[in-house]
Amino acid sequence: MSVLVYTESEQGKFKKVAFEVASYAKAVADQLGTSVTAVAVNVEDTSALANYGVDKVLSVKNPVLDVFNAKVYADVIKQAADKESSQVVILSSSANSKYLAPLLAVHLNAGYASNVVALPSNTSPFTVKRTAFTNKAFEFMQINTAIKIIGLSNNSFGLVESSGNATSEAFSPSITESGIKVESVDKVTGKVAIADADIVVSGGRGLKGPENWGMIEELADVLGAATACSKPVSDMGWRPHGEHVGQTGKPVAANLYIAIGISGAIQHLAGINASKVKVVINIDPEAPFFKAADYGVVGDAFEVVPNLIEKLKAFKAQQ
Amino acid sequence: MKILVCISHVPDTTSKINFTDNDTKFDANGVQFVINPNDEFGLTRAMWFKEKQGANVTVVNVGGAETEPTLRKALAIGADAAIRVNTAATDGFSVAKQLANVVKEGGYDLVIAGRESIDYNGGMVPGMIAGLVDSNFVNNCIGLEIEGTTVKAVREIDGGKETLTTELPLVIGGQKGLVEESDLKIPNMRGIMMARQKPLTVVEPVEAIAETNATKFEKPAPKGAVKLVSADNLDELVNLLHNEAKVI
Ligand SMILES: Cc1cc2nc3c(=O)[nH]c(=O)nc-3n(C[C@H](O)[C@H](O)[C@H](O)COP(=O)(O)OP(=O)(O)OC[C@H]3O[C@@H](n4cnc5c(N)ncnc54)[C@H](O)[C@@H]3O)c2cc1C
Ligand SMILES: Nc1ncnc2c1ncn2[C@@H]1O[C@H](COP(=O)(O)O)[C@@H](O)[C@H]1O
Repeated sequence: MSVLVYTESEQGKFKKVAFEVASYAKAVADQLGTSVTAVAVNVEDTSALANYGVDKVLSVKNPVLDVFNAKVYADVIKQAADKESSQVVILSSSANSKYLAPLLAVHLNAGYASNVVALPSNTSPFTVKRTAFTNKAFEFMQINTAIKIIGLSNNSFGLVESSGNATSEAFSPSITESGIKVESVDKVTGKVAIADADIVVSGGRGLKGPENWGMIEELADVLGAATACSKPVSDMGWRPHGEHVGQTGKPVAANLYIAIGISGAIQHLAGINASKVKVVINIDPEAPFFKAADYGVVGDAFEVVPNLIEKLKAFKAQQ
Repeated sequence: MKILVCISHVPDTTSKINFTDNDTKFDANGVQFVINPNDEFGLTRAMWFKEKQGANVTVVNVGGAETEPTLRKALAIGADAAIRVNTAATDGFSVAKQLANVVKEGGYDLVIAGRESIDYNGGMVPGMIAGLVDSNFVNNCIGLEIEGTTVKAVREIDGGKETLTTELPLVIGGQKGLVEESDLKIPNMRGIMMARQKPLTVVEPVEAIAETNATKFEKPAPKGAVKLVSADNLDELVNLLHNEAKVI
């Protein structure tokens, strides 16, 4: 018996989220009085996992797995779970993990809770707290199957270091036929993805037009942030669809969300509310976003943002 | 091509969310229900396959009789037939099991579901259907073209997109991007009239045991008041973000 965690990587290196799910897995294993086994795919050096409480790493190396395929990956994780007799399997909320999780759930006959935001509130019956109604509420979900799958919400647990030793073991699962072929991957390079971002800078219709996004990108640059936008902004084609956040767009669970020229409609707030700290910059003191934010500046974005960029540059220079 | 579009019946996006029975049940009182937005994109894409490629489109919901107006709306938008599996939707797995049965019985080539429902946000039903009927699966689908049985699909990934090829039978978890917002169909008078003549079949559920259940709901803690910083004093904002919020 062990807690199994899938630690995601990109180009041979762990993603930050891998350390968050590992930290969480360690805490769950402590609750259950067991150990943590991680599955790592094509990662050159897995030793960093020991710093987050992993006891054993099943290191899979196979060039076929260089391209992500949900069915194949779900099958690899299933074989690891079988081998380890895992009771609990922990995944992140990345697009890839959310893609493979329901397939894995079917193959393991496991109940799956997505968007989990805290440690199990009870281990028997096994109960987790998750967001529902697009962040307008929390649900306590009881999982009744022998094996449980938890999809952890990004940035909800954080990184918890713990010293230890992780043994690494080569693991060679059989690779299934996938039925799906990846023809091309189109990733904007040099930009932070919303899902991976600690900070997100988001612009709304108050910015008047796509030509004014230079300052949004510069602010994001200074902060190492991802850029996002409200729905009308992507509907009008000012920004790509992939940047649309909210109830019908991407969810945002960043540490810091900065909304510029966004009114704060309920559908927008629902999607970004899981972010820890929210800052709003809006010319209208009555904008609903001020009710949902932690910090606010009433002012014209065209003055405030360039000014804020200067202040932040000065701040960063001192650090 | 036979298409099945899974329609989840959800509270309108502007709904206030409340609970009853000691916070164990969603309070549907006064709530307007709509087609789940992700399913609306899928349904509109299905209409395109119907108009351009002669596909036959059935919509399905697992739920009680109260969901029928939502299915009628889908018929008014242009679906050919509707099925309601007569059982309360309990958890994602049991819903997927009902839908997988409908898929098997009806021999559908393409199953269009949404990336997630905006009520319980499980994000699991389409993948579970695919797992249960053993067909190909594309999640976060933002582009779909089909020639014969060959499929070209585009999937949104973190920080970009991916183009895939696969074969029918296929299940997708669709979302915005599958069609443009401006192409979303609103039922017109003629559609509403025609929908009355279209079949809405009620089928009884197969046995499916829920794997999970909600024991309690909780609303987020009320938010403290916003701290306003003057536009002339942005040093203070930087200071607060660094020293108080500790996020930069
Ligand atoms: C079914 C459905 C789903 C939806 N899903 C989403 C979703 O997922 N995400 C989403 O974002 N929306 C969604 N919406 C749309 C939502 O209701 C709002 O219409 C939208 O969020 C408004 O975008 P906005 O704040 O950019 O624009 P507006 O509401 O037009 O607000 C612009 C803001 O900019 C401010 N402003 C103007 N000039 C300046 C200036 N110079 N400096 C600073 N501020 C300025 C104004 O005071 C105003 O508050 C959805 C709607 C529906 C019906
Ligand atoms: N009760 C239901 N009846 C029909 N389809 C459903 C039902 N619940 C979920 N779905 C479909 O599955 C998708 C994802 O739902 P979920 O896994 O609940 O987030 C929805 O967008 C629908 O297409």
